[in-house]
Amino acid sequence: MADLRSNLGGITSPNPFWLASAPPTDKEYNVRRALEAGWGGVVWKTLGEDPPVVNVSSRYGGLAYQGKRLSGLNNIELISDRPLATNIAEIKRIKRDFPDRAIVVSLMVPCEEASWAAILPIVEETGADGIELNFGCPHGMSERNMGAAVGQVPEYVEMVTRWCKQHTRMPVIVKLTPNVTSILSPARAALRGGADAVSLINTIQSVIGVDLDAMAPMPVVGGQGTHGGYCGPAVKPIALRMVGEIAREPEFRGLPISGIGGISTWRDAAEFLAMGSSALQVCTAAMHYGFRIIDDLTTGLSNWMDEKGYASISDVTGRAVPNFVHWNALDLNFKTLASIDQDRCIQCGLCYVACEDTSHQAIGRSKVDGMRRYEVIDAECVGCNLCALACPVDDCITMVPQPQTAEKLTWPEHPNNPHRILAERAG
Amino acid sequence: MIDIAAGRLSAATLARNFSDAHPPLTAPQSVVEADRCHHCYDAPCIEACPTGIDIPGFIGRIATGDLGGAAEAILDQNILGGACARVCPTDILCEGVCVRVKQGERAVSIGALQRTAVDWQMAQGQPYRRAPARGTRIAVVGAGPAGLACAHRLSLRGHDVDLYDARPKPGGLNEYGIAAYKVPDDFAQNEVAFVLEIGGITWYGDRVLGQNLSLETLRETYDAVFLGIGQSGVRALGLAGEDADGVFDAVDFIETLRQSPPAAVPIGARVVVIGGGNTAIDAAVQARRLGADDVTLVYRRGPENMNATPEEQEWALQNLVTIRHWATPAAIETEAGHVTGVRFARGAPDETGKPVYDRGELTIPADMVLKAVGQLYEDPIDGTLALSGGRILVDARGETSLPGVFAGGDCTAGEDLTVAAVRDGRDAAEAIDTMLTERGR
Repeated sequence: MADLRSNLGGITSPNPFWLASAPPTDKEYNVRRALEAGWGGVVWKTLGEDPPVVNVSSRYGGLAYQGKRLSGLNNIELISDRPLATNIAEIKRIKRDFPDRAIVVSLMVPCEEASWAAILPIVEETGADGIELNFGCPHGMSERNMGAAVGQVPEYVEMVTRWCKQHTRMPVIVKLTPNVTSILSPARAALRGGADAVSLINTIQSVIGVDLDAMAPMPVVGGQGTHGGYCGPAVKPIALRMVGEIAREPEFRGLPISGIGGISTWRDAAEFLAMGSSALQVCTAAMHYGFRIIDDLTTGLSNWMDEKGYASISDVTGRAVPNFVHWNALDLNFKTLASIDQDRCIQCGLCYVACEDTSHQAIGRSKVDGMRRYEVIDAECVGCNLCALACPVDDCITMVPQPQTAEKLTWPEHPNNPHRILAERAG
Repeated sequence: MIDIAAGRLSAATLARNFSDAHPPLTAPQSVVEADRCHHCYDAPCIEACPTGIDIPGFIGRIATGDLGGAAEAILDQNILGGACARVCPTDILCEGVCVRVKQGERAVSIGALQRTAVDWQMAQGQPYRRAPARGTRIAVVGAGPAGLACAHRLSLRGHDVDLYDARPKPGGLNEYGIAAYKVPDDFAQNEVAFVLEIGGITWYGDRVLGQNLSLETLRETYDAVFLGIGQSGVRALGLAGEDADGVFDAVDFIETLRQSPPAAVPIGARVVVIGGGNTAIDAAVQARRLGADDVTLVYRRGPENMNATPEEQEWALQNLVTIRHWATPAAIETEAGHVTGVRFARGAPDETGKPVYDRGELTIPADMVLKAVGQLYEDPIDGTLALSGGRILVDARGETSLPGVFAGGDCTAGEDLTVAAVRDGRDAAEAIDTMLTERGR
């Protein structure tokens, strides 16, 4: 049995799966059920100053793709709309009843030191294991100069992080917004401010769709809509990129990452760990299927780790990072070719039309004994993978790496590169 | 003791037995099913459809909620898409070649999806507008699937059509020759009304070619003639006792059921159906659904030789019809002029697959016998048109040996399918249109 215990900047939990700061962690009732179901921890839905914010009715919009609901989810909900004292009392009870779990409190107060200095002792008194600074909320709060409005300005990130480190002994996790050109800038700011860890990504600014009858963006609130924050399986690729970009920079070595963004299965979890995460946060999958998914997440991850011989989470963390390189480091002499398993082929022709219309005309079409037959024309195949991706049958089209016939050659060294010499000088 | 009676079952049971055998998909079910389509390139289902409907195309439109666009993709090729959605043997056509089956899965329910789209359009009304009238007149004889498809396409191209049929009602086999539970709620007449909504088509019933309708006169009066007159004859068993009381042609039984309330149709307690096509299945299942205790369908060869599709055979078994293979009728047994049973010679295939009936006899007692051993083209216009294989000879354009006279559907060679008849009618209309256009009409 693999050891699933995780440690994020000193915050430990029996498994790396925390519920992210969001509606599932808004109150004791939900959190208690989640922890009873086996979640390793929670990040309590963001607390702010009293009086509490007011939320609208009609809060979520979903992206369905070919029958699959909630491939993406966007929300226009704000932070906790309950009085601070209520939340604090509940957090205290939860921490008392679940001492082994990670109970982290998300915070968002105005960008003034006094506000932070005032709330931090109140939170600390609950016995919570740490705080997460919500610098990411991309709607509603950002218009009040909080959330993403702070997260998009590295100087503010650094400043608020430093205040928090000064006013509490609790570990400080800085949650990063993806609504920036480079994720490295706010990550650097968090590091400078003394963050114990970063978590990412928060939601992406989005309009999930337009109601063509109401002629308004969704979700529609009284005939109007606004932009929201996008999350769920559809954002996973964006999150993986940002997590990996931080993890591979030497300057961030030692800064733990809590990976967030569309984690729905143990496989997603393993990918986030491999790209540099030490712990993980989940939201949309739980909002879609309930807290019970924790069983599949932990069992699946544990079985996979056993199969691969990884004994602990730290064995997996960052495993893929050395292989996450800039394009310039890729080998231009590497060659892979598509191969169609005729026994598995169902003759749908999707590989053919994809290649013929939009790629390299590298799949031939014929009829043999009245049956359609599709075959790869090796000489034309550039190994782009499109056919294998379009094929609806598992393992029917595989990409076969070809024997290396020449030494590794990257673009900086390539004869076609007009800046080769410059690149070489630059090393 | 002969037992033939009407009203064996309660009104409620009969109503249930003769309502829609395969109810339509709901809108959400249709979307879920539509999303199963792989959208094959050069899709095998399109090739398998005699009318060449762009099946992945219309399914994609259902998935995105464009039911009008889906219906258009179907009706452009097959104006009787509603009937075909209900009666096509999809298991041996489009659904039989669905690549999902090769993947070890259930085929996409193409027929049911087609029904979703066409039913929606039929509720909206006819979507087509005629081209400006061209002053041409065409006679279409036979108002079954071939004739209706031909008339519609001709009208679409701006030709005026007079539509004749020997029966009092249009619709052909869809009205008279198909099991009631496949096309309930007067579907055939609703569909005819939908087709005729295009305008430019004038309907004349009770006009029998060779009797009160002369091909010669039609040729003189009209710019072209299309014959879609089907097969009015039925094969006989050629046995003594075939005319005994209680022995009926299955097609007559099916027609009676289509034209009367089920409670008024007499059925035997023990029924023997002879034949192996879909007509035999329709007769046998409806006999069961009228309340017959024992229905035995007897076919002279094996299940793989039956014209009834595997799905139809399965349907019969689900309806507790007993199917006996490899038995050929040897004698109709009678008593006092009424059938009491059928004696069969039992057989088996020889090494070449040819049936040899030397395995003794089998007698099945019966109060009623329904014969379904095939239909025949009966030439109402003796010798006027060249025949081939006992049916009207046509060239690739659908033209008969008489210039200007076209034919299609069951009265010509080819598969006896509604969808094939629709294709014939549609294509003959295009050939007539081309011919008249070339003549400057």
